[in-house]
Amino acid sequence: MSLLEVQDLTTAFMTGRGEVNAVEDVSFSLNEGEILGIVGESGSGKSVTALSIMGLLPSPPARIAAGQVRFAGQTLTGLSERQMQPIRGPGIGMIFQEPMTSLNPVFSIGDQIMETIRAHERLPQAQLRARAVAMLDKVGIPAAARRLDDYPHQMSGGQRQRVMIAMALACRPRLLIADEPTTALDVTIQAQILDLLMDLRDEFGMAIIIITHNMGVIAETADRVLVMYAGRVIEEAPAARIFDHPRHPYTRGLLECVPSLTEDRARLVAIPGTLPEPARRPAGCRFAPRCAHAEPSCTQAVPALESLEPSHTAACFRARELSR
Amino acid sequence: MIEAEDIPERREHRATLRRLLRHRLFVSGLFLFGIVAVVAALAPFITDVDPNRLSMRNKFLAPGGNWVFGTDGFGRSLWSRVVWGAQLSMIIGASVVALNAIFGTLIGAAAGYFRRLDTMLMRVNDALMAFPAILLAIAVTSVLGPSTLNVILALSIVYIPRTARIVRSSVIVLREMEYVQAAVAAGAGHWRILRHHILPNAMAPMIVQLSFLFAYAVLSEATLSFLGVGAVPPTPTWGNIMSEGRDFMREAPWIITIPGIALMVTVMGLNLLGDGLRDVLDPRLRIQQ
Amino acid sequence: MTQPLLEAEGLEKHFEVGGGGFFGLTPAVKLRAVDDVSLSIMPGETLGLVGESGCGKSTLGRLLLRLIEPSAGKIRFDGQDITTLGRGAMRAVRRGMQIVFQDPYGALNPRMTVEDIVAEPLVIHGKPSGEATRREVRAMLDRVGLPARAMERFPHEFSGGQRQRIGIARALILKPRLIVCDEAVSALDVSVQAQIVNLLQDLQREMGLTYLFIAHDLSVVRHISDRVAVMYLGRVVEVAAKQAIYGAPLHPYTKGLIAAVPASHPSLRSRGRRVRIAGDIPSAINPPSGCRFHTRCPHVMPVCRERAPALLETAPGHQVACHLTEIPPG
Repeated sequence: MSLLEVQDLTTAFMTGRGEVNAVEDVSFSLNEGEILGIVGESGSGKSVTALSIMGLLPSPPARIAAGQVRFAGQTLTGLSERQMQPIRGPGIGMIFQEPMTSLNPVFSIGDQIMETIRAHERLPQAQLRARAVAMLDKVGIPAAARRLDDYPHQMSGGQRQRVMIAMALACRPRLLIADEPTTALDVTIQAQILDLLMDLRDEFGMAIIIITHNMGVIAETADRVLVMYAGRVIEEAPAARIFDHPRHPYTRGLLECVPSLTEDRARLVAIPGTLPEPARRPAGCRFAPRCAHAEPSCTQAVPALESLEPSHTAACFRARELSR
Repeated sequence: MIEAEDIPERREHRATLRRLLRHRLFVSGLFLFGIVAVVAALAPFITDVDPNRLSMRNKFLAPGGNWVFGTDGFGRSLWSRVVWGAQLSMIIGASVVALNAIFGTLIGAAAGYFRRLDTMLMRVNDALMAFPAILLAIAVTSVLGPSTLNVILALSIVYIPRTARIVRSSVIVLREMEYVQAAVAAGAGHWRILRHHILPNAMAPMIVQLSFLFAYAVLSEATLSFLGVGAVPPTPTWGNIMSEGRDFMREAPWIITIPGIALMVTVMGLNLLGDGLRDVLDPRLRIQQ
Repeated sequence: MTQPLLEAEGLEKHFEVGGGGFFGLTPAVKLRAVDDVSLSIMPGETLGLVGESGCGKSTLGRLLLRLIEPSAGKIRFDGQDITTLGRGAMRAVRRGMQIVFQDPYGALNPRMTVEDIVAEPLVIHGKPSGEATRREVRAMLDRVGLPARAMERFPHEFSGGQRQRIGIARALILKPRLIVCDEAVSALDVSVQAQIVNLLQDLQREMGLTYLFIAHDLSVVRHISDRVAVMYLGRVVEVAAKQAIYGAPLHPYTKGLIAAVPASHPSLRSRGRRVRIAGDIPSAINPPSGCRFHTRCPHVMPVCRERAPALLETAPGHQVACHLTEIPPG
């Protein structure tokens, strides 16, 4: 049985123009120890998907309009805030893009880590402290025992992200959701943090969902990839397959429009047009207006995810004929 | 070849006005303040008795009948006095707001934009702001002597530093915006940058501030008159009327109550109006407060 | 030999940080944002400028345009020393050099129409607003891929990529020779980023533009640049043609930077295979002594802590500031 199962998840937001689905019909599952990459651009719904799993969206304006999230056999959708709390932490941990605003500036990082542990376990102070030091050490903060009493502002961006990871790991979660964990970081620090996440997965065997807009981050970490566009999953496959045989025109575009670090290209293959805003999504296939292969019929209905190979699905009416 | 891009459909332009008119607090504030403003503007037409005409025969008449709001201890029509008082309150409030808009903007923009002037201007500003507002106003009117004009001057001296501070802080933020940098890169001079890029974008918090300032000015003017350092009696100001009514609170409570209610309605209207403006024009401020 | 379009010599910018306090009693600390930078850009080329946050690349870009005043050093534009030009003379020079910013939201005045935004540089340089100006704006918008209908709209009505096109139109309307692109595509979604990169390249070809392309994305810089300069903590550590920088980098920082770029395919994962630069970027307020990279350098030697290496030419067109490549004296 898989650790996490998301089924037909639809999350809607109340806006000035009525209710808008930020995420629609999202389904996927995740096994213990697996790293799933969710890739998409702004408005793709990748972050909303993560927050829906965690039950962290403010309601109103957000609401889970349909679908189910099951974690370790337990249905999370419909749980109250109180019932959700013991699951966050020991069950699912989360780290965010902006490590500065995710930490409370008025408490030392040691206090914040210990507070997280204390919320789920009763331990004597000395043990709490030892556990916090061990966690900081694990995430690669040098001289961890001395840094325990430092405040967030005394640390660099990369170190703060390490602290965030330490906090998330303090309760030994079975699943870690990392929402754009390296977007705010410099490239040398990004490489360190990605290495760290992989090391931790190998050591603790936890499952990880990495949410990113960067195909490189996916290539570095993910076992399996979910590509999202305008609120829907449009392709899912093992990572190597996504890179070798992308079947959805959008996935293909996403891979082609990024310049290479090793080979010269005269011109980038850009995807024309603009990402649709959630309230103004086109009818039918959401990608059709920007798609080079779109046909009139593409705007008639929303294509469903279809299995093209074992463990490779894509939501494109023309996926089969195009990849010939 | 450069591919042309489609641009989105035109969006509603007068969104600000529409959102204001849909804002319940703003509309109720506008309504309350509107009543007072209209009454003040129509003062010569809706009163038939000179507010200062004494009529000892008719003193201490309760509201009703020929005397809508009754009469005071000198038999003056309270209706006339309150309505003309409203006009004076509006004139004083509007003058203080106008002076603040001009000088607050000038000082705030100069301090925020030209770093060299900043320290000097802001030290003077801080010194003035260190006094409690009403004490400073009393001190100024005591020196200048009590008169309507001096009340306007005193309240302006008190509030301009506060307005200048608000303008300055928006200007400091705006000065670093990239569109300002772009204008510098294009060769724009200081005047152009201030006029086209900084001041129009500093207007929103300023308008919000000025709507609250109107309320403070009306309230402070009443306080000054009440304390006897405002417009000279028998000038019909709400503060003067209330001051005169204080001694007869038991026998003729309407003398102090009616201008008090008028004052409350005005200030409440302005505050609601200001809250509405703040929510619509400058939503960031709401979080800060 | 042609002369460089833009040349910097020993350029420095120090900011006073903190200080002042009550009665100005707290001493200010000096932040060396840009420290002794010399570089040149030839007409028609694109010089990429890369580095991590706090390396001073944006400050350098603004210094070169004199949007901020240098603390020391010289700037020459088209052979003319512009370091100390007065306001009036500088205004004339500004026609030839423009800037495109990163933030598509902050770079356009929200209260001006697109027409006014794009026309402003013309108006500043004495062109009366009228039908001729309108026509010029319309032509420029067309050139950057926006319809004439865009003219009476306000910036908030456009998407990020479209705003960036407006910013480019504003920079180009004076027909400048040099454009500083300060992280001009960094804030955009990748599918839109490619459009803007293509647009910038097309415009360069059509108008013979020279670019200083400042960015932190090494792949984009490689794609668009002819030569690349790498900055670290206020100093240029390596400059070379892009093939040399990416194919045979000499400075350990450049090597580490390139090794840190995520792989393009899962089979090329870098974990455990490539050398990682350890540690964090030190603060520019108290930068390390000697070579500023010595705290993170895998090849650090005693001399690195004592003496800053000079930027020296190791091969034609390839300059490096590292003691490893310096020829030992004697």
